[in-house]
Amino acid sequence: MLMYIGRRLTLALITCVAISILTFIIIRLPPGDFVDAYIANLASTGSTVTAEQAQAMRHEYGLDRPVAVQYFLWISRVIHGDFGVSMMWRRPVTEVIGDRLWLTMVVSFAALFLTWTIALPIGIYSAVRQYSIGDYVATMLGFIGLAVPNFLLALILMYFGFRYLGLSVGGLFSAEYAQAPWDAAKVWDLTKHLPLPACVLALAGSAQLIRIMRANLLDELRKPYVITARAKGIQEYRVILKYPVRAALNPFASSIAYVFPYLVSGSIIVSLVLGLPTVGPLLLQALVAQDMFLAGTIVLLLGIMTVVGTLISDLLLMWIEPRLRLTGRS
Amino acid sequence: MSGTLADDKLASAGQLRLTWLRFKRHKLAFISLFIVVLFYTVAIFADFLAINDPHATDARRGYLPPQAIHIFDTGGPYVSGMKGARDLKTFKQVYVPDPNKKLPVTLFARGYTYNLFGLIETDRHLLGVSSPDPLDGIYLLGTDALGRDLFSRIMVATRISLSIGLASVGLSLVLGILLGGMSGLYGGWVDLFIQRVIEVIRSIPTIPLWMGLAAALPNTWSVVQIYFAITLIISLIGWTELARVVRGRFLALREEDFVIAAELVGASQFRIMIRHMLPSFTSHVIAAVSLALPAMIISETSLSFLGLGLRPPAISWGILLQDAQNVQVLAGAPWLLLAAVPVVTVILAFNFLGDGLRDAADPYG
Repeated sequence: MLMYIGRRLTLALITCVAISILTFIIIRLPPGDFVDAYIANLASTGSTVTAEQAQAMRHEYGLDRPVAVQYFLWISRVIHGDFGVSMMWRRPVTEVIGDRLWLTMVVSFAALFLTWTIALPIGIYSAVRQYSIGDYVATMLGFIGLAVPNFLLALILMYFGFRYLGLSVGGLFSAEYAQAPWDAAKVWDLTKHLPLPACVLALAGSAQLIRIMRANLLDELRKPYVITARAKGIQEYRVILKYPVRAALNPFASSIAYVFPYLVSGSIIVSLVLGLPTVGPLLLQALVAQDMFLAGTIVLLLGIMTVVGTLISDLLLMWIEPRLRLTGRS
Repeated sequence: MSGTLADDKLASAGQLRLTWLRFKRHKLAFISLFIVVLFYTVAIFADFLAINDPHATDARRGYLPPQAIHIFDTGGPYVSGMKGARDLKTFKQVYVPDPNKKLPVTLFARGYTYNLFGLIETDRHLLGVSSPDPLDGIYLLGTDALGRDLFSRIMVATRISLSIGLASVGLSLVLGILLGGMSGLYGGWVDLFIQRVIEVIRSIPTIPLWMGLAAALPNTWSVVQIYFAITLIISLIGWTELARVVRGRFLALREEDFVIAAELVGASQFRIMIRHMLPSFTSHVIAAVSLALPAMIISETSLSFLGLGLRPPAISWGILLQDAQNVQVLAGAPWLLLAAVPVVTVILAFNFLGDGLRDAADPYG
């Protein structure tokens, strides 16, 4: 068990390093360096920077050193919580991002939760009542969930909400709470706005999970122990819920590691369409304005939070799956 | 007698033929195959099927609603000419059909000039109207803000959206076969390393990563350069699933009797791979490809939708959907959402096709 946790932790750490390297590449990709961009930015407001000052700044940020050294300088600042200054907002990146990162995670976790609550019962139903009308409807819905990109779904929902219900479905807060400090009423307001984006995000993920759950459960249902349980006269719902469902749950739970990054990724683009105050719109603005420290930080933090989320789901899996606890492998 | 003959044929049939026979029984997948072929046909003949020049703008016909072709009429099929007017309450441009103006629709009409297959210069289009007024035309799916014909744009967009999917999947396939094959063939630390790389890539949220990479493409690049760069970006992240499939097949086949037999008679590793192993997993790879394609198409559409993928004047489904981003615009011109129909159709078709192929790929399963 310790070995399993150790392996997961090592992998998570390696992933974080890989993400940080990718982020660094993204920050450095646009032509010119940070100082060039800064000077251009200052020039647009009328102030100028002399060549010596530029040179001094380059030296201060280590931009005259080799790339590898620059990476280590950057990453050591990041570890101390200094993500640099946003060019566009002229404030520290952490201040600009503020609550948005947490809201992104709230939306993604809500979607994950919903994915499970949709996929589990429907998956069980589809397997137990294989080839019934309900099974076909679930399969059909599943395919549609797979085929409609979630930004498109958001767009269509918004259009119908606007056209036929006269609502503007979007955002995470009502107008009066958007700027308000956090309190119980604001949290309640958030809870009321969450279902729509969560549903939009959850549809595609649950489509996949329904199919996985259905296939797993179908395999289990054919095994002799199910017949034995029935022969002993155990009630049907107990036969199914107590044994095959629990056995089928394992591969289902491990797929969470792939669903979560997918949800985070989807939340970025859905946020843009629905106007959610997550990091999505900020990331797009930052990229368009080539505000690379802001953009890079968002990519980095999103990546790391995804890794942490995946790690949590791995630990959950260990709790479900005794084989992992005992032997360290599934 | 005939039964044994058929059995004999079946027994001697190759893997691909067996797969095809099983595939044909899967109705939905078979229909999907037709739809996919239809889409690629549209992609090839996009300019011929387009009615108006997809790039031609005219403010006088902005947001023109979809028009119907009246088929049964004494003078043959026609479309009504449209008159622009102002709604005096909302000051919006509205269009009313002009009852006196019937524009006869002709087949193989003359329109804008294009190169068929990039070679033959022609100006023939499937449909068209003959009229001296350049404003007259058939706008089956309406027009966008700049008065560009949505139907023609969707036709032309099919070409870029489908080909970018194909190109990305091709590149992913090369990476996937190479790395997945190495992983499955050599095992040991090579396998361990490649598997960890795949796990790392899969645990990173892709859209922010794509956005970061795509946004770094210089503004000065031409449409073609951007096209290839986007292809590269999509496939660099998308190869992992294909590599997983290839590795799985390699691992399964390595233990098969016929591979061991080939090894024992002294066939070279290369020969075993190409001659013995490759044919028995081609159908699996085809299935994996057709399941990977829709993901690639969605990737391109999402990126272009965000304005970070292909850039106008290139036309792709994502770029068309970009116009439909705003609810206020959509409320006035809901037909702009029609660009989503081909996206959803082709993705569904590829998914069914892939599912059918995957089931069929395992003839003994």
